[in-house]
Amino acid sequence: MSIVTVQLGQCGNQIGYEVFNAICSDFHSTHGICSKKENESYQEACKERFFSEEKTGVPVARAVLVDMEPKVISQTLSMAARSGHWKYDHQSHFCQKQGSGNNWANGYSVHGPTYRDVIMNLVQKEAEKCDRLSGFFTVMSMAGGTGSGMGAYVTQCLRDAFPTSFILNQVIWPYGTGEVIVQNYNSVLTLSHLYQSSDALLVHENDAIHKICAQLMNIKKISFRDVNQVIAHQLGSVFQPTYSSEGASQYSRSPLGDLMESLVPHPELKMLGLRNIPQMSENSLAYSTFTWPGLIKHLRQMLIAHAKMEEGIDWQVRPPLPGHPVPPKASPNQALHFNTSVANLVVLRGKDVQSVDLGGFRDPALYTSWLNPQEAFHIWKTPRAFNKYEKSASLVSNSQFLLQLMDNVVGKAWNMFASKAYVHQYTKFGIEEEDFLDCFTTLEQVISSYASL
Amino acid sequence: MTQSVVVQVGQCGNQIGCRFWDLALREHAAVNKKGIYDEALSSFFRNVDTRNGGDGADIHKGKIFSLKARALLIDMEEGVVNEILQGPLRDVFDSKQLITDVSGSGNNWAVGHQLYGCRYREHIVEKLRRMAEHCDCLQCFFVIHSMGGGTGSGLGTFVLNVLEDEFPEVYRFVTSVYPSGEDDVITSPYNSVLAMKELNEHADCVLPIENESLFSIVSKIHQMTNSGKLGSTVKQNSLLTSSSGSIKTEQEKPFDAMNNIVANLLLNLTRLDQMFSDAFSKDHQLIQADPKHSLYLACALLVRGNVQVSDLRRNIERLKPSLHFVSWNQEGWKTGLCSVPPVGHSHSLLALANNTCVKPTFTELKDRFMKLYKKKKWAAEMLASTRDHWTSQSPARKWKTRLELYLNKTKEREDNSEVSSQQEKQIMRKQPVVELTLLPLNNTVYLKNLQQSIKLG
Repeated sequence: MSIVTVQLGQCGNQIGYEVFNAICSDFHSTHGICSKKENESYQEACKERFFSEEKTGVPVARAVLVDMEPKVISQTLSMAARSGHWKYDHQSHFCQKQGSGNNWANGYSVHGPTYRDVIMNLVQKEAEKCDRLSGFFTVMSMAGGTGSGMGAYVTQCLRDAFPTSFILNQVIWPYGTGEVIVQNYNSVLTLSHLYQSSDALLVHENDAIHKICAQLMNIKKISFRDVNQVIAHQLGSVFQPTYSSEGASQYSRSPLGDLMESLVPHPELKMLGLRNIPQMSENSLAYSTFTWPGLIKHLRQMLIAHAKMEEGIDWQVRPPLPGHPVPPKASPNQALHFNTSVANLVVLRGKDVQSVDLGGFRDPALYTSWLNPQEAFHIWKTPRAFNKYEKSASLVSNSQFLLQLMDNVVGKAWNMFASKAYVHQYTKFGIEEEDFLDCFTTLEQVISSYASL
Repeated sequence: MTQSVVVQVGQCGNQIGCRFWDLALREHAAVNKKGIYDEALSSFFRNVDTRNGGDGADIHKGKIFSLKARALLIDMEEGVVNEILQGPLRDVFDSKQLITDVSGSGNNWAVGHQLYGCRYREHIVEKLRRMAEHCDCLQCFFVIHSMGGGTGSGLGTFVLNVLEDEFPEVYRFVTSVYPSGEDDVITSPYNSVLAMKELNEHADCVLPIENESLFSIVSKIHQMTNSGKLGSTVKQNSLLTSSSGSIKTEQEKPFDAMNNIVANLLLNLTRLDQMFSDAFSKDHQLIQADPKHSLYLACALLVRGNVQVSDLRRNIERLKPSLHFVSWNQEGWKTGLCSVPPVGHSHSLLALANNTCVKPTFTELKDRFMKLYKKKKWAAEMLASTRDHWTSQSPARKWKTRLELYLNKTKEREDNSEVSSQQEKQIMRKQPVVELTLLPLNNTVYLKNLQQSIKLG
């Protein structure tokens, strides 16, 4: 079953390109020690999922590119075509000239409705090319105008047009020190609107990825390209084909469906975080070896200690002992030492995956009380190695990972809103103060749901 | 890509504008080796086929035939414009893009605004319409003028009025050159204050520049190299538009009226990080102001050249502790990266900030105004031209009061003094723009730091 990717705004398009690039290079990479037959069926599944065939034989990405400025899309299209291994369908894009000026209201209330029909047409065409549609994967940032505002509108349209398909939104959380002045407003508006129409939100933070680039990948002068490549690697490691149940004989046909089913038991809890291990520069990779117990131990500690990467993990954090009540958390502002999960998914790729012991993740202490570990913990595996990593493990977690982040963003946005700063820029385009207040309420509710886990 | 139109008014405006077009052409020449008319060029230039003479049709793609600037040159004297038209840039300007007269405005704002404004309104509207029709997607007007004279300040602000009436959706960016204390034009305080009222009401964004700052920057340049251009600062406009698809004015304007920006020009011969530090020091501002000791409402950093996001983030984190940001916008940064370096340099930094440090500048201006007005010097001449513009003295005081109130308020929140906030509330009630948080919201604040750091590489 196929996934249609919708790339929205500058960030969305740049990341989308890197994702397809990563998937394609994984497709072509050596298959480690798994059998040739295994490899072929992996490649089959990967192709069906992300690419469609064309007469020329070059796989065409199942994607729709949307932006209000022409620069990024034309760059993306030409870079893909130059690669020779894959390309975009040159009809499947939509752009305008003026941009959205980092204004969410402009993207949502003006550009969205105006260009709705054209964009939905493009999506429909891509969807029709699929034999079976698994769902939609949108890529966008929250800080800007097009990705965030128009992205929220397009997600709504997708939900209306395809009520039974799954929609997963990949959102990029901007740098905490500020890259767009109204990023907090844009983030709050985006999150609250996406919550209504999307099935799950998968979050990547610029700050965290930046640290990964600096400390793990050892990149001196980090460019956005580097950041995007790390994000693409992490996404690829989740969405490439896997066997989603024990004893399955073929690759999972419905990755998005499986993801939603496993991780989103309650519509109020949709925020997913992603961790991937190991992550290092290619040069170091040649000299490193890994053991599964080591990787799993690190991954588990990253989960419970809120760590964003495998360095600097706080090993002191432990799950609460059975019998001892979890100390009440008065407000989400208190440093959350222990991360309670709703549900977790671990994806294992590479050598000897059958022998991996994941007992540590089945500990009931990790999870909230109303879901038992059998239902809350899932594993996807494949013996086929991913992108030069002999062994790699990814964790997609519905937990309190994002609680602090959300709380911060809502706090800052509220501070600014209380001073009415920049609000006139939004009311100019039809987003009134009541709309802001509604969004704050929605998010406060989400925050308190997560805090009370 | 979107297009912008430059309107240069008066002697100063036209002289600066001329240098701007020169630099714009050189920048494009450095990058556009194949002579293809591309989107970047179209933001400021039209491609016209002049082979058959006359007003050729616009050519939107392919080779460059003849580039015509999207500009309107206005001056009530012929000298400056004639010089431009006889100089090396003569082919860049269309003869239909000019509005000139012979007698000048005699350094009288009222003559520029009222007399010439009325006389030439139709002409101005017609020419602007024609320029707008040549644009696919017109995003903003850049007005360049001085505040101290008659044409630039009077007619320039009249044009601003016209722009707002005729093209309300198009942004209006104004570059205003403020007179220095020792200005030889006696009526410059009157002209400036009268013009400021207009800017306050009709401009979206103002970049004030003081001649004193330009002098000191030029002498620094002379010290470091042997070349220097007086008008080079305004070329920042080209940086703004070529590096960003849409002009993100919202970033700098927290409140409807706060649209003054202090400009800084920074020259730096040393490392990248030094460039960032210098961008925030008072020696490199385009007006005489010290932003570090005042309050930032927002700050935009636009880098050109081989600068990556990690350099940007590292410097922001490094400089942040020494800068005072307003309480509700502690992370008030907007960042932008453009990989094309400016011509002749390997990288540059443009920092625009909405900062309260312009208050002393305006206070001084107001003082000079009051000195003259108290003695009613020259007032008679100006009054002869217009009566009711004299109320415009109050805006200067209003802004000053509001700025003071705002700064006091910040202090008060720390002092927790009830009494003064009562007083403020009273004062505020008189102002028509009272808002929830008692911040001055509806006044044009001329606060932007335009800082450019150029590494001579």
